[in-house]
Amino acid sequence: MEKRVTFRGWWVPALLIAPQVFISAVFFFYPAGQAVWQSLFIPDPFGLSSQYVGLGNFEYLLGDKFYRASFVTTAMFSILVTLCSMIPALFLAVIADRLIKGSGVYRTMLIWPYAVAPAIAGVLWLFMFNTRVGVVSWYLGNLGYDWNHVLNGGEAMGLVVVASSWGRISYNFLFFFAALQAVPRSVIEAAAIDGARFWKRFWTIVLPLLSPTTFFLLVVNVVYSFFETFGVIHTITSGGPQQSTTVLVYKVFADGFVGQDLGSSSAQSVILLFVVGLLTIVQFKFVEKRVHY
Amino acid sequence: MKKSLLGALAVSTMLSPVAAMAQTEVQFWHAFTGRLGELVAAQVADFNASQSDYTVVQSHKGNYSETLNAGIAAFRAGEQPHILMVFEVGTATMMAAAGAVRPVHEVMAASGADFDQDAYIGAVKGYYTSTEGDMLSLPFNASTPVLWVNRDAMSAAGVDPDTDLSTWQNVDATLTALKAGGEECPLVTAWQSWIHLENFSAYHDVPFASKDNGFAGVDTELMLNGEAQIAHLSAMGQWAQDGKFIYTGRRNEGGANFRAGECALFTESSAGYAGISSEAEFDFDVRPLPYWEGVGNSPQNTIIGGASLWVMEGHEDDAYKGAGQFLSFLSSSDVQAKWHQDTGYLPITAEASVATKAAGFYEANPGTEVAVIQMTANAPTANSNGLRLGSFDQIRGIIDEELEGIWSGDKTAQEAMDSAKERGDALLRRFEAANR
Repeated sequence: MEKRVTFRGWWVPALLIAPQVFISAVFFFYPAGQAVWQSLFIPDPFGLSSQYVGLGNFEYLLGDKFYRASFVTTAMFSILVTLCSMIPALFLAVIADRLIKGSGVYRTMLIWPYAVAPAIAGVLWLFMFNTRVGVVSWYLGNLGYDWNHVLNGGEAMGLVVVASSWGRISYNFLFFFAALQAVPRSVIEAAAIDGARFWKRFWTIVLPLLSPTTFFLLVVNVVYSFFETFGVIHTITSGGPQQSTTVLVYKVFADGFVGQDLGSSSAQSVILLFVVGLLTIVQFKFVEKRVHY
Repeated sequence: MKKSLLGALAVSTMLSPVAAMAQTEVQFWHAFTGRLGELVAAQVADFNASQSDYTVVQSHKGNYSETLNAGIAAFRAGEQPHILMVFEVGTATMMAAAGAVRPVHEVMAASGADFDQDAYIGAVKGYYTSTEGDMLSLPFNASTPVLWVNRDAMSAAGVDPDTDLSTWQNVDATLTALKAGGEECPLVTAWQSWIHLENFSAYHDVPFASKDNGFAGVDTELMLNGEAQIAHLSAMGQWAQDGKFIYTGRRNEGGANFRAGECALFTESSAGYAGISSEAEFDFDVRPLPYWEGVGNSPQNTIIGGASLWVMEGHEDDAYKGAGQFLSFLSSSDVQAKWHQDTGYLPITAEASVATKAAGFYEANPGTEVAVIQMTANAPTANSNGLRLGSFDQIRGIIDEELEGIWSGDKTAQEAMDSAKERGDALLRRFEAANR
């Protein structure tokens, strides 16, 4: 016989979910609704007047070949940031998991970078790679490599990817490390007795068991790279050289808060919301099938 | 005992609002930190000490963009300051906001303070004056680009440091000689769009944008892809390819290279004086910005960069009187002369310049007068009054991107500037739509 507890009435559950609904409404639905509404207008910065333009802002954006090009830049940037922040995190977690002594120290130190604000992380990396006084660019110069991210788009992209990924490695490390601790020892020991070597065990047992965590981190990191990286880009490259590091979210920030063009900025954030929503659906629909819970 | 203390407290709490009401507060938001921030605070303290009717309260709100943003956000929330500092790029945005700002000439007239628009230097006030000749905001800190020369680097490369560098033709030959003499950084620049396009156009008396650079209306279009500009940028692009011009970034990153003695020539604002004179461990000169001999009407006059003070709407009449008195105080000859000498910014009145000269400042600090002469040598034309373009911060961003295409050799000057015009014009049309 199935044992199930049921509650009568609707007000207890309603009361319990109310705080979450309230927070979502205030911090998500209301601003998102405002963005959708504002995207239909070209307002003046002071809010004194505004022109209704229907879908004019969207037409203007999608007709701009530089805006369309920034989708490609964003895709590349996001893929790189996601890979660069997850793979090293997994690697570090696996190593820290094998430590018998002092893992607490490593763990604490590996989490530190997460506490650094993105804009400050940007300045740190910029300083190391400064074309004139940077330590790293000086060593590269000694090796005969002329580092110049001010004019070289590829180098600029590499720098913002590294600076954006660095703090995220800590975050991802935490989750991977916790997930690794939860892998049952008995399964691993059984495989070891059967003669499976470390890498064999890792690929066939550990990684599949980590898949729920990996999937969660994939979604979270993609969202991070889409929404939270403008601080780093603003401090390091301001989207340059030319347009090589202008990702969608940086353009939202620059047009809205530097250019005072709130109509275009709102329309861009609506497009961005749509793109990320779509991506998340795709991830849940296709990638999640390969996840074993 | 206790009672009398309580009584005293009650009296003092009753009195204090009365005391505060006697002095009308005037809020002043600015973008200066460090030495400049101290100098602004000193000006405010001097004003407050000079009279007892008004108290000016100054607050720092971040860099130029952040200060403008703070002012706009505050206006939307109904908590705007009385006086807001806005950099020259934001001028068109402020001018278009008719209901948000009160023109300075009106404030001055209503406040009864001394105000003679003719006392202000034409090329400085022109940037902030309506086509009818009314001053809309008070120029505060203004500078103009000049050429900085590292005399030691010139000598080291075997080039006579007294070489005439007044024209780009001469600079071209000098750059070649410097390169041949082993100089690794012959020329570096700060603020590339401001110096090599905006000021370049004014200096050669060619338009940067139609409708008198936007002064005559918001239906303006960029004209920065004209023959003169293309010729200059092509030459600079070639210098970049030959390693004679070193690109260091969109802002004033090149200043660090020059101050460290790594570069021979540096095009930068005259306000770079404070930094260069305190840090440079080499002999340096200030020269006028070079021009191309035979191109346009050169040398006309250069235009300014910097910020002006805007008075915002929505306050009591009394506070506007105080704001007017404060702005009048800032314009007074003594305050201006001191500001000019302390900071290297241009004086905003002719009188302040004369006073500085009379005090022997220019002789004691050679080069400080170059910018003043360069600005005031000729009466400004429609092409050299300044620029008044909406979304100009973003347009500068576009220009920066396109210039980087030239420096890296990806684009010709013509391709880059045609593209900058097309993209910039799209933004100007949006600004026109928002302010119809």
